[in-house]
Amino acid sequence: MEYSPPPFFKRGPSLITRFTLFSLASLALLVADARFNYLTLLRQGIAAVVYPLQRLSAVPGGLIVRVGDFFVSQSQLQRDNEQLRRQELLHTGALQLGKSLESENQHLRQLLGLRERLPREFVAAEILYSHRDPFTRRVVVDKGFQHGVKAGQAVIDESGVVGQVTRVFAWVSEVTLVTDKEQAVPIQSVRSGLRGVVFGIGYDGTLELRFMPVNADIQNGDLLVTSGIDGTYPPGLPVAVVSNIERNAAYAFARITCTPSAGVTSFSQVLIVSTAEQLPPNPLNDEEPGAKGRKAKK
Amino acid sequence: MNIDWLRAPPGGRAAPQEILLPVKTRYIALTLVSALVLDLFALPGVLQQIRPDFIALTLIYWVVYHPRRVGFLPAWTLGLIMDVADGSLFGQHALAYTVLMYLAILLHRRIVMFGMRHQIMHVLAILIASQLIMLGVRLMAGADFPGALYFVPSLLGAGMWPLLFNVIRVPLRPRSDPDAV
Repeated sequence: MEYSPPPFFKRGPSLITRFTLFSLASLALLVADARFNYLTLLRQGIAAVVYPLQRLSAVPGGLIVRVGDFFVSQSQLQRDNEQLRRQELLHTGALQLGKSLESENQHLRQLLGLRERLPREFVAAEILYSHRDPFTRRVVVDKGFQHGVKAGQAVIDESGVVGQVTRVFAWVSEVTLVTDKEQAVPIQSVRSGLRGVVFGIGYDGTLELRFMPVNADIQNGDLLVTSGIDGTYPPGLPVAVVSNIERNAAYAFARITCTPSAGVTSFSQVLIVSTAEQLPPNPLNDEEPGAKGRKAKK
Repeated sequence: MNIDWLRAPPGGRAAPQEILLPVKTRYIALTLVSALVLDLFALPGVLQQIRPDFIALTLIYWVVYHPRRVGFLPAWTLGLIMDVADGSLFGQHALAYTVLMYLAILLHRRIVMFGMRHQIMHVLAILIASQLIMLGVRLMAGADFPGALYFVPSLLGAGMWPLLFNVIRVPLRPRSDPDAV
């Protein structure tokens, strides 16, 4: 089936020419995005155009949810209310204790001459939808750089770390979940104080604690919290609970699977934590000029 | 002389040769924007992953039945918009839609000759090809194969072809009965 127009009509460039042209343009964009991470500005520009359409497309679903909410039974409301009140009482107690501990901690840190922990700031955000892209684990939240969100900030919910902000647009931003294949969180075991890194493996509900020696002090049920040494995640946020350990002497590392603490698929309200803590400059970066000098001498 | 093969093409009866109103460019743009809204519409859970790509289907329809009306540029631009909306690699949908346009233009004279059942087969092949392009791009960029569910949108999309065919044609059918005196 040849697509060949009669030569006496002018119909523009041939099919194969147009196909090649647009394929090459797409490939150029792909390489620029995947290899060099350019095009952030172009992406943000298009996102600003698409945003109204996205809001428009969310209207019917939102209406259905709202109508559904309207018909919640009163007994359920009462039950929720009671439960929330009980929870608040518990939380108030914990908060009062926390305040006294905080002041005590501050005092002790001053005595010891340690750096003070800066207060964290939170931006509350709501999850709009999860991405259609089946290759990644990402969600879109309704706060962007207009609300002070920056790429790299940690995202938590009431029970632990959800993920990290990876792309910021004007009114929305994209959060990569901890279960994404390319997401890693530095952690510390609460029980043994052991540090490590938890990786997502691309499936819901499972994380992997990699590069732990076979005899590492890790047990089933250990709570893993952020260690804070990366400067991205504030320290002390629950990340995962160890669920399964395979120790096989044939391999250098144990195979440790964990369950994420946060409801990585079921939440709808999250907090974006600003990382106000300033870490000292990385000593490895300072050494680089020296290393280059050595190379140059060679 | 046996001319049965002319009367009954394979795959059921050929699509009826209706006389339709002339297509306005505005109407084409409207269908494409509606398809975009249908693609952006947030769905819960797994439904999100098996939703057919309405933009791809609409593009195939216009290319097959009005090959001179939609060019590569609108398809490519819609691809870029989908890339931004999906958060996928920039140019991934653009490349897939370019391939889709190429295949659809190449096959458009052939597809209209078949009945609905065989048209569905052709559409399925085109949709799968464009999804394979996206899969190839992502695998090269270091992603894992997301599972067999990945191809469900193409199957559903091809299954929706007759529906889309009739819905797009509703405003194009003449209002008054031409046979009425």
